[in-house]
Amino acid sequence: MSARTYRYIGTRPIRHDGLDKVTGRANYGADFTLPGLLQGVVVRSPHAHARIVSIETQAAEAVPGVKAVITGKDIPETSARLALGAEGAFDLHDIGDNLMAHGKALYEGHAVAAVAATSIDAAREAAKLVRVVYEPLEPVMSIERAIAPDAPILHADMVTKGRPLPGTTGPTNIAGRMELKRGDVDQAFAGADVVVEREFRTSTVHQGYIEPHACVARSGEDGQILVWCSTQGGFIARDFCALILGIDAARIKVIPSEIGGGFGGKIPVYLEPVAIVLSHKAGRPVKMVMSRSEVFRASGPTSGTRIRMKLGAKRDGTIVAAQASLWYEAGAYRGSPSGAGAMCCLASYAIPNFFVEAHDVVVNKPKVAAYRAPGSPMATFATESLVDEVARAIGMDPIELRLKNAVAEGDHAPYGPVYGPIGLKQVLEAARAHPHWSAPLGPSQGRGVACGFWFNAGLSSSATVTLNGDGSAGVVTGNPDIGGTRVAQAMMVAEELGIPVERVRPSVADTDTAGYTDLTGGSRVCYATGMAVIRAAQDIAEQLRSRAATIWNVDRDRVAWEPGRPGRVIALDESPDGSVRPPLTIVELASKMAQTGGPIVGRAAVNAPMAGPGFAAHICDLDVDKETGRSTVARYTAIQDVGKAVHPSFVEGQMQGGAAQGIGWALNEEYIYDADGVMENAGFLDYRMPVASDLPMIDTVLVEVANPLHPYGVRGVGEVPIVPPLAAVANAMRDATGVRFTELPLSPSRVLEGLGTIAKG
Amino acid sequence: MSKGNREVTMAGSHKDEVSRREFLEGTGAAVVAVTAASTLGAQAPVPGALETAPSAVEDVPRTRISVIVNGTKHVLEVEDRWTLVELLRDHLRLTGTKIGCDRGECGACTVLLDGKAVYSCSNLAVWADGREIVTVEGLARGGRLDPLQQAFIDHNAPQCAFCTSGQLMSARALLNRNPSPTAAQIRSAMVGNLCRCANYPAIVEAVLAAAGQPNGGAR
Repeated sequence: MSARTYRYIGTRPIRHDGLDKVTGRANYGADFTLPGLLQGVVVRSPHAHARIVSIETQAAEAVPGVKAVITGKDIPETSARLALGAEGAFDLHDIGDNLMAHGKALYEGHAVAAVAATSIDAAREAAKLVRVVYEPLEPVMSIERAIAPDAPILHADMVTKGRPLPGTTGPTNIAGRMELKRGDVDQAFAGADVVVEREFRTSTVHQGYIEPHACVARSGEDGQILVWCSTQGGFIARDFCALILGIDAARIKVIPSEIGGGFGGKIPVYLEPVAIVLSHKAGRPVKMVMSRSEVFRASGPTSGTRIRMKLGAKRDGTIVAAQASLWYEAGAYRGSPSGAGAMCCLASYAIPNFFVEAHDVVVNKPKVAAYRAPGSPMATFATESLVDEVARAIGMDPIELRLKNAVAEGDHAPYGPVYGPIGLKQVLEAARAHPHWSAPLGPSQGRGVACGFWFNAGLSSSATVTLNGDGSAGVVTGNPDIGGTRVAQAMMVAEELGIPVERVRPSVADTDTAGYTDLTGGSRVCYATGMAVIRAAQDIAEQLRSRAATIWNVDRDRVAWEPGRPGRVIALDESPDGSVRPPLTIVELASKMAQTGGPIVGRAAVNAPMAGPGFAAHICDLDVDKETGRSTVARYTAIQDVGKAVHPSFVEGQMQGGAAQGIGWALNEEYIYDADGVMENAGFLDYRMPVASDLPMIDTVLVEVANPLHPYGVRGVGEVPIVPPLAAVANAMRDATGVRFTELPLSPSRVLEGLGTIAKG
Repeated sequence: MSKGNREVTMAGSHKDEVSRREFLEGTGAAVVAVTAASTLGAQAPVPGALETAPSAVEDVPRTRISVIVNGTKHVLEVEDRWTLVELLRDHLRLTGTKIGCDRGECGACTVLLDGKAVYSCSNLAVWADGREIVTVEGLARGGRLDPLQQAFIDHNAPQCAFCTSGQLMSARALLNRNPSPTAAQIRSAMVGNLCRCANYPAIVEAVLAAAGQPNGGAR
């Protein structure tokens, strides 16, 4: 595999959708319109926790231009608790109740009603007139409060799934609990030379995609439904709508628009089923677009966490024991990524004895959604901070310590399986050899390093490749393209068929056109959908062999496909008159399609239950102003095992983007709530994401340890890079200040508190 | 949860450069932001209706304005409450200009108003009367892409590309007033354009390339 030389894979061609994206022609979720379009607006709860006593809609319905008003009664309260999809299990009852509250509003911003009108202003005016009577309840805004004996219970019927804490019986806010263990932890800690233990906290943070959720839905008189929306998966959006509303998937066509960022947050449906019901009621198409404040208060985010962790090591640096208790906020419904956090937090190291317990806790905040390597960054923040402490305690270089304990092929992952070829050691060696690691630091600077792991996903994908009469080709898949997957797929077709990348047209198709394909997520598209594309292209090559056999009147097995540029078919035998048959190129065979059997369409469907795990190491230099508490990332290097970089520019873009999001998480981003559970910073001015001047050029090093599950060795690359930054930044802060910070974000005031400059407030 | 971050300053802004808050206040967008923030704290039952406060749906005051958009003169009857981005997107169907926040905080709606980069969500359409607007659709001239557009393609500056239109317009305004900016000047000038894909390295590289300084220190 590694011996294969490539013509196109590993090059940096221009993306096919580049022109549309610099001229404003690319259509995103809010850019679609239809004749007779109505505008929909959601009425949201101002209370974090309240019983809905009554909803009166007559005044709203009387506003001129209003065509439909709906409440929770119009969204079926399904009792089915079906799980589907990939990035965690989805509970249909909860998704339906999250779309529109049925009995209780469970977070500030929870939808309680919706209005469709002929103008946005009429819809907003009417929405104000929907009269909702609430009986406010005490909001549960922290894990501490949620698990207190006298805490208000969010869901009266909730019992702990998995392995409940001893003594937990009746209704509880602990939605789930799991344990992972290996060896004898107590004995191992007793024999350790160094034991470090700390409690860590991270805040609720949002995916922060710049494009708000948006959709247009049309429910026709014939019961056929069209949905145009910004989503991470047309099929998952379609199936959610079908299952929640109790209608056949075959009646719904979802056309995914271009997507303005998702990072996991555009997997759930928030607006689509509501728009369908409004359209059905009004008899006209309905458009819905969230405001930024709605995006913050009612979509995403990811869990705030509280993590207690302990590591034990020998004086030679061998980590012998780990113990962790993970508590993740799920938001208003079960389903935090605490289990993934438990599986990821020790995945970088071969530790013979460990015990990890993970808790999924409901609180009165928005229901969390996936966010880039969901669950891993927070738990890894704890692990990598403590590994840094172990290195300091025994006086060992932090990269040496990590190398000494790093997992390699053949080691058991803490969550069960045996690792195949993985690149953590190569990544750490590349980090150690990088000039950044040995560069001198400024007087107010510190340096930190941290590792990160993510599983990556496989799942189901389909692809169709069509050969055109002129020898060009089209490739159709069903994955919305967030970070350059279209050009990568065209490159794969080009590689297999030996035609130039620009002669391959890649398309993201709607759910009527593409074969079933799971969502764009789990860093799976280039890997799994890519595999389907490669096989579909190989299907074309196989058909070309048959066509050449027909032309030459020989058996198919006497004809071979010869990759090259262009790809061509060669005869293995001489012709009957003893002459050598000249090869037939793909271009010649394409021109003869009609005479040799008709259209040539390659197709493939793959189910990839596994993927190649991804590892990364990041180095961060932080400049800390001890007077103001403000810190600046002065230099940053991201090193990652990417398997095989199909289009290195986009791989680098994923690594830089993930690192930047992780830096924002570490330094600035957090949900701030008032005492009533109302979010105080639901806008980009006060929810502070990194801007151009905040970050240095983020250097990238691509390590390529081929993934044997993929024909080119591809691994997912998009999620791993958000995992290391939290600890890389905190370790740099420790190096710069001598203080171990265990709570994120490292905002100036928190840094000043930690340095003892100001009192804790 | 801690409230320590209430006075938000991004750790990382260079001291000799404008802060993000100062930048936004300079655009006039802060007025909008403050209004929205104070409404947020109130017990408004309808957060979806925060951005406007229409008194009545009918009899909305209208004004006749004359604007030049991408070189074409339009005489239009606009509602006084329409923002410039509403006019462009909903009424002139120029959807290349995006709305990311509608409150002057993200820059996705940046257009040129008499050559100056402004947030079109934070300007009323009536304020554009008698003025010239250029949107991303008007950047290419005579079938030729603006050098910035070509550089954005060549350097993979768009990732998801939702912010790209605004990035291009801010960069165009910068190059119009400073044809040879440094990487630091570019980062500073584009502090009002968020990119959550954080493809800033490629964006800076593309602007440098368009200014005739390929690889001028960004990479």
